[in-house]
Amino acid sequence: MSTFLQQLINGISLGAIYALIALGYTMVYGILRLINFAHGDVYMVGAFMGYYIAGGIGLRGAQMLMGNPESNVFGRMLAHGLLGGGIMQPSLITALVVMLLAMAICALLGVIIERFAYRPVRKYSRLTALITAIGVSLLLENGGQVVFGADPKFFPELFTKRNINLFGGASINTADIVVLIIAFALMVGLQLVVYRTKTGRAMRAVSFNLNSAKLMGINTDRIIAFTFALGSAMAAAAGVLVAIRIPRVDPLMGILVGLKAFVAAVLGGIGNIPGAVLGGLLIGITETMVVGYLSPTYKDAVAFAILILILLFRPSGLLGSTVQEKV
Amino acid sequence: MSRYVRNLIIALVVLVVLYGLDVVFHGRLISPYFARIVMLSGIAITLAVSLNLINGFTGQFSIGHAGFMAVGAYSSAYFSVNYGVRLAAAMGDGTLGWIVTLLTATLIGAACAALAGLLVGVPSLRLKGDYLAIVTLGFGQIIVVFLNNIEAIGGARGYSGIPIVKSFFWIFLIAILTIVIVYNIVNSAFGRALISIREDELAAEAMGVNTTRYKVMAFVISSALAGAGGVLLAHFDGYLNPKSFEFIKSFEILIMIILGGLGSIVGSVLGAILLTILPEALRGFAQYRMVIYSLLLIILMITRPQGLLGTTDLFKKWRRRVRVRREGETEVMPATKDTAGVTQAPVKKDKA
Repeated sequence: MSTFLQQLINGISLGAIYALIALGYTMVYGILRLINFAHGDVYMVGAFMGYYIAGGIGLRGAQMLMGNPESNVFGRMLAHGLLGGGIMQPSLITALVVMLLAMAICALLGVIIERFAYRPVRKYSRLTALITAIGVSLLLENGGQVVFGADPKFFPELFTKRNINLFGGASINTADIVVLIIAFALMVGLQLVVYRTKTGRAMRAVSFNLNSAKLMGINTDRIIAFTFALGSAMAAAAGVLVAIRIPRVDPLMGILVGLKAFVAAVLGGIGNIPGAVLGGLLIGITETMVVGYLSPTYKDAVAFAILILILLFRPSGLLGSTVQEKV
Repeated sequence: MSRYVRNLIIALVVLVVLYGLDVVFHGRLISPYFARIVMLSGIAITLAVSLNLINGFTGQFSIGHAGFMAVGAYSSAYFSVNYGVRLAAAMGDGTLGWIVTLLTATLIGAACAALAGLLVGVPSLRLKGDYLAIVTLGFGQIIVVFLNNIEAIGGARGYSGIPIVKSFFWIFLIAILTIVIVYNIVNSAFGRALISIREDELAAEAMGVNTTRYKVMAFVISSALAGAGGVLLAHFDGYLNPKSFEFIKSFEILIMIILGGLGSIVGSVLGAILLTILPEALRGFAQYRMVIYSLLLIILMITRPQGLLGTTDLFKKWRRRVRVRREGETEVMPATKDTAGVTQAPVKKDKA
């Protein structure tokens, strides 16, 4: 029983992270019918941004950028980061600040990717867009290896973690609690943006029919850019949250996680926001259960086995609806 | 001269030329490094042309080609290690024995890959849209996970001790066969059905093309040929590692056919050769190589989405020109639709 509970807690925590990434996939697919392969790598960049915001880019890098970094507070922050520079102490507030900054940077990255890679190819076939997405993904992975260095980095501890014992012998780490609370807060926030604001209504209109939305006076380019910003920010949040749970970041960490999150989006019904959350949680829980009860070696195959099953029996996903193609 | 006699003569000439080149390559008249690159391009050609059948001509997006290649490579390697060596020994360990062994290994590899293609294709090709991309992606991942965990084929350490057959003749025979098979398919009624699916699946269905059946058939053939490419690779170095069949390998093959132009066989061949040589040429910038690759891919897609050669078939063009010259007819190019989806106006070609 305690194993089950333990795996369930781990699974929900992992699943919440998959869900956050899956949201970005599903929103972009909903609007552009594009599998944004680069999304997993935006998540990686998010984790690295968190790493640099907390720990700084090092004295040498800061010197190259601004001469004598020790002379003012910005220089110190650049060189040593929020934590290393002694500007902030490890606490929940620090974690939030780091995450929000990383989200902002990645939102910008998402907009840049959309503007310079996806928008120029939007007029061509969807295949072209898909290949461009693969290109952007490869660029971020390999560019990341050059810029950040290929070896894994140790993510600084943003707040003091400890274990809390639960009934039945299971225990939960404060990191997991924080991850869960933040992740669900973000999902609720996203839901509010999409269903309660004017921009959200425009997003839904664009995903329903891009051309009609344009005819209704919606600035579709802006809405698409906004969607990318939103999705990328979610991915960055997921990156920082993952790094809080498992403090290790490397430039290729986004590949497999990105693919699984994508599977989660398909499982829930691609284009469907609650579906992405459900899919993420299901994939996370199944994966940890397989690790706990069967064999950890096959954990990476689980998501894809689920994918093939879902396509066999319910190709539109759990919450998706089938759309009849019309001429 | 009848067509069959002509084709037979061409085949014989090709065989003789291949054999001659094989002797040259074996005689150490050229550096082993150069020979290695040439042979690797041969394997790359097999993979690229086979992927083009499904991606370029049928318009179905498969991004797990390395998975089928892995199935072919590992199944044939398993055969060669456990039975092939004995089979060759039983037949006197001479050239004949090895030809029979290699042929069997190739057939086994291709058959296993075809079976995998069938398993993956049937559920995903029933549906329209990006499902094949998603499933092949997943399949590629699952295969690597399994390869890493099955001890009988070496697991994560890699599979070593596979008999090495570094034969120029064999590699290019398979490569040429692949080209011939794909070329003939594309220029047959079957191929026209595939192209109609690429252009407009709904319209093809309305015209009576059994789209699912054709898509699955094209996919299975493409997988089988990828498996044959895998067989070549398995017996090339005598060592296989699951790492070499990861995601990135599928992308590499994909980039080859995109670079050359989806729907162009000559393009695939050129793309395969270019992308085999390029990493060697860029060896000095190993670190930046992939960055340059990916930037090139994005820029190519933005500036020339149909690839370098588009859907142009150089061989067909050449034949048409020969025919025009012989018969003196004025050639009117048919309206072609490139991958960008822009229908070009028929161009009158004046060859005076």
